Amino acid sequence: VTLILTLILLPLATGLVLLGLKSNLPRQILVSGVTLAVCGGCVVLALMPTPVKLGDLPVSQHGINLGMLLVEVAMSLFILYVGIRAKKPLIVLLTLAQAGLMVWFELTAGKHLEVAQNLFVDKFAVIMALINGIVGGGICIYALGYMREYHEVAHRDVQDRRPLFFALLFVFMGAMFGLIFANNLAWLFLFWEITTLCSFLLIGYTRTDEAKRNALRALVMNLAGGLAFAVAIVFLHRQTGNIELQAMINSPKALVLLPAALLCFAGITKSAQLPFSSWLLGAMVAPTPVSALLHSSTMVKAGVYLVLRMAPSVAGTKVGMMVALVGAVTFVVGSLAAITSSEAKRVLAWSTVANLGLIVLCGGIGTAEAVWAGILLIIFHAVAKCLLFLCVGVVEHKLHSRNIEDMSGLVVRMPKVAIMMQIGMAGMFLAPFGMLISKWAVLKAVVDAYPSLSVFIAFGSAATLFFWVKWMGKLIEVVGTGERIKKEMVLGEAIALYGLSAATALACLLFPLISIRFIEPYVYEVFGQAASLGEGNVIIMTAMMGVVMLFPVCFIGYGRGVKVMDAYLGGANVQSSVKFRSIADSVQDVSIGNYYLHNLFTEAGLARWGVISCSALLVALVTLAII
Amino acid sequence: MSPWIRILIYLIAAPLVGGLLAGWDRRITARMQSRRGPPIFQPFYDVMKLWEKQSLVVRRSQNFYIVFFLLLVIFTGALFFGGSDLLLVIFALTLAAIFFVLGAYKASSPYSFIGAERELIQMMAYEPMVLLTAIGMYMVTKSFAVNDIANHPTLLVLMLPGVFLGFLYTLEIKFRKSPFDLSCSHHAHQELVRGITTEFGGRTLALIEIAHWYENVFLLGWVYLFFASMPALGLGMSLFVFLFVILVDNVFARLKWQTAIKSAWLAALVLGFGNILVLSLLSAKPAALAAPAGGAVAKPAAVETVPAAAATPALNQANEIAKRN
Repeated sequence: VTLILTLILLPLATGLVLLGLKSNLPRQILVSGVTLAVCGGCVVLALMPTPVKLGDLPVSQHGINLGMLLVEVAMSLFILYVGIRAKKPLIVLLTLAQAGLMVWFELTAGKHLEVAQNLFVDKFAVIMALINGIVGGGICIYALGYMREYHEVAHRDVQDRRPLFFALLFVFMGAMFGLIFANNLAWLFLFWEITTLCSFLLIGYTRTDEAKRNALRALVMNLAGGLAFAVAIVFLHRQTGNIELQAMINSPKALVLLPAALLCFAGITKSAQLPFSSWLLGAMVAPTPVSALLHSSTMVKAGVYLVLRMAPSVAGTKVGMMVALVGAVTFVVGSLAAITSSEAKRVLAWSTVANLGLIVLCGGIGTAEAVWAGILLIIFHAVAKCLLFLCVGVVEHKLHSRNIEDMSGLVVRMPKVAIMMQIGMAGMFLAPFGMLISKWAVLKAVVDAYPSLSVFIAFGSAATLFFWVKWMGKLIEVVGTGERIKKEMVLGEAIALYGLSAATALACLLFPLISIRFIEPYVYEVFGQAASLGEGNVIIMTAMMGVVMLFPVCFIGYGRGVKVMDAYLGGANVQSSVKFRSIADSVQDVSIGNYYLHNLFTEAGLARWGVISCSALLVALVTLAII
Repeated sequence: MSPWIRILIYLIAAPLVGGLLAGWDRRITARMQSRRGPPIFQPFYDVMKLWEKQSLVVRRSQNFYIVFFLLLVIFTGALFFGGSDLLLVIFALTLAAIFFVLGAYKASSPYSFIGAERELIQMMAYEPMVLLTAIGMYMVTKSFAVNDIANHPTLLVLMLPGVFLGFLYTLEIKFRKSPFDLSCSHHAHQELVRGITTEFGGRTLALIEIAHWYENVFLLGWVYLFFASMPALGLGMSLFVFLFVILVDNVFARLKWQTAIKSAWLAALVLGFGNILVLSLLSAKPAALAAPAGGAVAKPAAVETVPAAAATPALNQANEIAKRN
């Protein structure tokens, strides 16, 4: 139990210390040290047999509850202040409602409530902890280098508030650990609200008008989810007299359906599913480490974590079906919307939304196979997406643009980053790497449960293919001679990027092991049946991976036995492959751009339809649950 | 026959069969256009000649991608004829195609670039239907393994008429024939020069050609799967489908990529998804499926006409668009 508490409290405490640290060097030492400690702790935890036996907490439970209540009230007051200052009645209303509800609940029912187990650690929690510790830790180290460059070179106009920034990163991380290990839903709720608040503050970090606006939007949407969460706790207590996560999952479905549906709703807001996807897209205004953190290891993963936890309670019900549909629609809309954008971060954001949709789909279906696939998706997505975000951050500092069109020839200009980006992308969509394995598993799970839903996956994954490959193509295509950029990245960035590239590759190679060691036991524990891809297929996959990984070997023969010529330009080349003689003896430049299919569909149009249909689905979800 | 022997036969015979089919294709096309046409073995002569040529490139690494394209196409076919998982086969095929596209991107010529983009659009157009085909086959046979699907006693096409027609539609794209020869036209100098293959020459172009032979044989093998319970019919239908594709190639003008993707997705939705929806409703009442083979032949035959009729307006529409172009 000490280890668990350390994992939660150490980052929180570090955050408070960091708040007071103004100079660079001590901050660097502290951040690196704590990150290492946290990663180490996660690995130790992973090696323990689960479920980890937890002793009693050193402090009396009611004391803790009281403390938590105070923290909660303090947070609510702060949010109220924010809401009033920004003149957003919705924020005030939502905060009052949920704070009032929780205080009333704690003071009436909470007093008599005896929670047997406040914390709980099973295989799923261990996986999440590993992701949070390693990926989140990587981001913190990356941020050391990145934020320095951000303030000292790239964005001199933004006020330097780094102490607050790093403090928030660590509080966020600690809250995420708490969220993962909490079994008492009231505790989980507290950590849930902390992540909401942290994300609000981080998105608004630059204090521009756009940042403020987007931060408020994120706050409103997540508060709506928080309210659903609070209502779920109250109802769960009414129905079962208990507010423990494990007990809830083992209760009969009919009894806990409404709370489960509300918790799924909360998960859907947090994981930025349609109609709430706009907060995650707006979150891009923040510095890159924040985007990476929100998109990969924390925040949105908290949402899907909760949805996957609810899977056994909603499996096979109409509520589950609605959740699955929200995920499915989001997957298709998100993938199509990613095609229409040329801004790297926006493409990544839409792809996150889409992939989370896939995970929510798994949670909604809720069979053993689906949950297995969902967890696999969480792992691969966290690592690969984080890598991609961090790469884009580096590129943005060097090229002063995050437009994909400007990344043309990156493989010559910034070869290291370009190759790591390719690794990340391969991990995101290419057979036989990570995400594709999971997508395949999802497809199988869906076909067995609701065959007609498979159509969403078929269309969505076709769209995924398009936007990733065209981006990859842009990176390797070279027009003219690109100047090699001297120093591609600073130390902190390099450590994080190399580490994450290695992690992506390892996760892909070792996925059978991860599956056997962690995911399968968890699925077996919850559903009483195992799920996997079948041994023969795994062998073929590995063979295929071997073939593809041989690709770099080709480059030994680089430039051998070939004669280099100019590209054909439909006119005489004036300057090798860059300028050509065109009509009336004019000299024309070559410029090459991607297709964005704007005349087929637009981002706004897609988003509108997505929001409308998913809102309808959510209304159906709540209605069905009440009935 | 053990899977290894089947794979071996595929590895050796597929390029021969594929090359011969390509030869026939050229011959038949010529006859349809009242020309005499080249000898049947012309594709082989072409490849042998290309093999002797000097290798010219724009970017030094562009040929590596093509080598992997060929390797993965062969791998895909080997998986298929070895009786492996159909979804895995699809993913391998996609991967192969991606290498092809990346090679064209790497070449960094405007023409190959647009060719690559269009090829991607085409992939996006056919991918849903290809996946739905695998899913449809799974719903009937309860297995994704090509082996089990091939040995299933029912004639799959009877249960999957819509899926079959939809698959036929995507084959038009996969064979890179008119009306969907958007990314690389086989016919003379056109708006994209040679599209995706513009900057490839010599041995690399020969490899692309061979890869297409392997790919075509694999695709026809998939057509056979629809008729696997009656092998003779299956072979006949594969051949027939091939002839049909040639006919369409000669009848249609090229369509715009917008039309390609819209119509292919419509076909996937109406024919593919419609069929799967019907199947999932039927399997809710399993009694309907349990009819003996004799009875099943008569009944679904009537069903088959429905999607065919539904397909005609779509085809007519496509026809009109082609004329307008």
